[in-house]
Amino acid sequence: MEKTIKKSALSISENGLEKKNSSKRLEVLKTYKIYIGGQFPRTESGRYYMPANAAGTKLANICLSSRKDFRDAVVAARAAVSGWSGRAAFNRSQVLYRMAEMLEGRKAQFIQELVLQDSTKAKAEKEVNLAIDRLIHYAGWCDKFQQLFSAVNPVASSHFNFSVPEPTGVVSIIAPQGDSLLGLVSVIAPVIAGGNTCVVLASETKPLCSVTFAEVLNSSDLPGGVVNILTGKPAELASWFVDHMDVNATIYCENNSDRRKMIREKSATNLKRVIFYDKINWYSDEGQSPYFIMDTQEIKTTWHPVENIAGAGGGY
Amino acid sequence: MAIAKSDQMIPDFTLSPHIDQVGVEERASRFTKRSIKKESKMNGLKLVLNMIDLTTLEGKDTDGKVKQLCYKAMHPHDAYTPLAGDSEGAIPSVAAICVYPSMVKVAKKALGNSGIKVASVATAFPSGQAPRDIKIRDTKYAVNEGADEVDMVISRGKFHAGEYNFVFDEIACIKEACGKARLKVILETGELGTFDKVRRASDIAMLAGADFIKTSTGKISPAATMPVTLVMLEAIRDFYYKTGKMIGMKPAGGISKSKLALHYLVMVKEVLGEDWLTNQWFRFGASSLANDVLMQILKEKTGLYQSANYFSVD
Repeated sequence: MEKTIKKSALSISENGLEKKNSSKRLEVLKTYKIYIGGQFPRTESGRYYMPANAAGTKLANICLSSRKDFRDAVVAARAAVSGWSGRAAFNRSQVLYRMAEMLEGRKAQFIQELVLQDSTKAKAEKEVNLAIDRLIHYAGWCDKFQQLFSAVNPVASSHFNFSVPEPTGVVSIIAPQGDSLLGLVSVIAPVIAGGNTCVVLASETKPLCSVTFAEVLNSSDLPGGVVNILTGKPAELASWFVDHMDVNATIYCENNSDRRKMIREKSATNLKRVIFYDKINWYSDEGQSPYFIMDTQEIKTTWHPVENIAGAGGGY
Repeated sequence: MAIAKSDQMIPDFTLSPHIDQVGVEERASRFTKRSIKKESKMNGLKLVLNMIDLTTLEGKDTDGKVKQLCYKAMHPHDAYTPLAGDSEGAIPSVAAICVYPSMVKVAKKALGNSGIKVASVATAFPSGQAPRDIKIRDTKYAVNEGADEVDMVISRGKFHAGEYNFVFDEIACIKEACGKARLKVILETGELGTFDKVRRASDIAMLAGADFIKTSTGKISPAATMPVTLVMLEAIRDFYYKTGKMIGMKPAGGISKSKLALHYLVMVKEVLGEDWLTNQWFRFGASSLANDVLMQILKEKTGLYQSANYFSVD
């Protein structure tokens, strides 16, 4: 008996592939990884957590970073300090502008992620737009804040005396929990605009945008190691963020009084600068200013001897 | 290697065993998989520190620099008193200071009776391109200045030309010139090219009277690697089985992290056994390793990750 093939059982699509009407295409989902030294490794610990939105939809498998990921990130950040702070201020400005360009190009993806994390379409769009504008704002400040905050000081001896702000070094940041993109951008931008490097712990409950933002950074001429982004729990990592001897400043954006007390105490190990940003409305004008850059700058004063060249008796 | 019929006969070094490169690299990578934590890590770190030949071999070296390095050798960290033997919390001193012959006297005086050895490079280090009588005088000068150990380089050019007896004779002459000083023979493996040649040079050096064999001068890249060290350790093991004589090993250059140093200790233990786990038989030639080890020790003691800013540069 001859076998007959029923033509109706399968249909051949135009590209020649067999197409079954009943089955859906499997979506290729993104693996959300952390960002250390310009690379996207998985967490060294092999641990993950799965945050959900208000509707109960699981967002993704997110890396639950460990203290060793933080340690590695600090090594990368420290290695990047001399290169990044040594760049011309104008060049840093160009890089920040480039970050804004790249963010603009991927707007749709950020809006989608924000909506998935309980934002509305309109609010998400506003947040992304503001994040882009904020990068432009700080790109503009890169080569201007130093003039504004420097001073030539009057002194009572034959010295030329001047003070200039200089980057403090490696900054560890525990980012705002709420505004997961705008808050993140608003705390990172002034730190790197001033020539520092940083290690950031993204929002625990809304981490999607932070990893996508890392992809933006990776494609925008920012040297590896200048910004390192971890995902995980502040409860686990906060103390490591603040008692590492190779971190020069800590920015803390949550409103948790116990943890603030702990941060104040532990920062004493190497007298690191501690900055709290818990009451700032990142949507308003108070969310951006050159004073945020100054929070992670140190003022260096130089006494330069001068002599009265025209007069007699000078010399040293 | 052919077994010599009598002690006087020099064997045919072209018969040294051939090395399976893939096998050696695979075996060496296994040593990096051991988990060493807590107290064993602390003991390992202290052992590493105690095995370091703190080295400065620069054209710009001054008396002051050498004195400073000697102070560092005796007091690796001010907060923890060194040289206190096994007492709780003490950080040991390093094994030796490694300098050029012209700096031996300064180092010797600075170290006093601390028990830390002074090693001097000699024989036209690092190239080894000088006539033999100059090399011998170089060695004798270092020994007369007070060097406890001499680090010589082999003539790589002659070795590549197949003049193994020349290389053998030269090492034997330098050994004689050393007198009581221990002789470390630097093979400069980065210039030898293949594991077969490393093995051959190791056999020559050991038979000619080396007390230690050492990978590199630190001036050539690649310097010490785990596979090349493994080849040399196996040569030492085979020599020990054949003659009953222990030979020391010193990987030098390129080992700047504690973790890597601990991997080396694992390798020594698993190839040669615990007898070699003292600074009499195993050394690290390094300058920046000491600070990394100190940082790890302090991390274990204080629980805080450390910063290089709080450790002396030299």
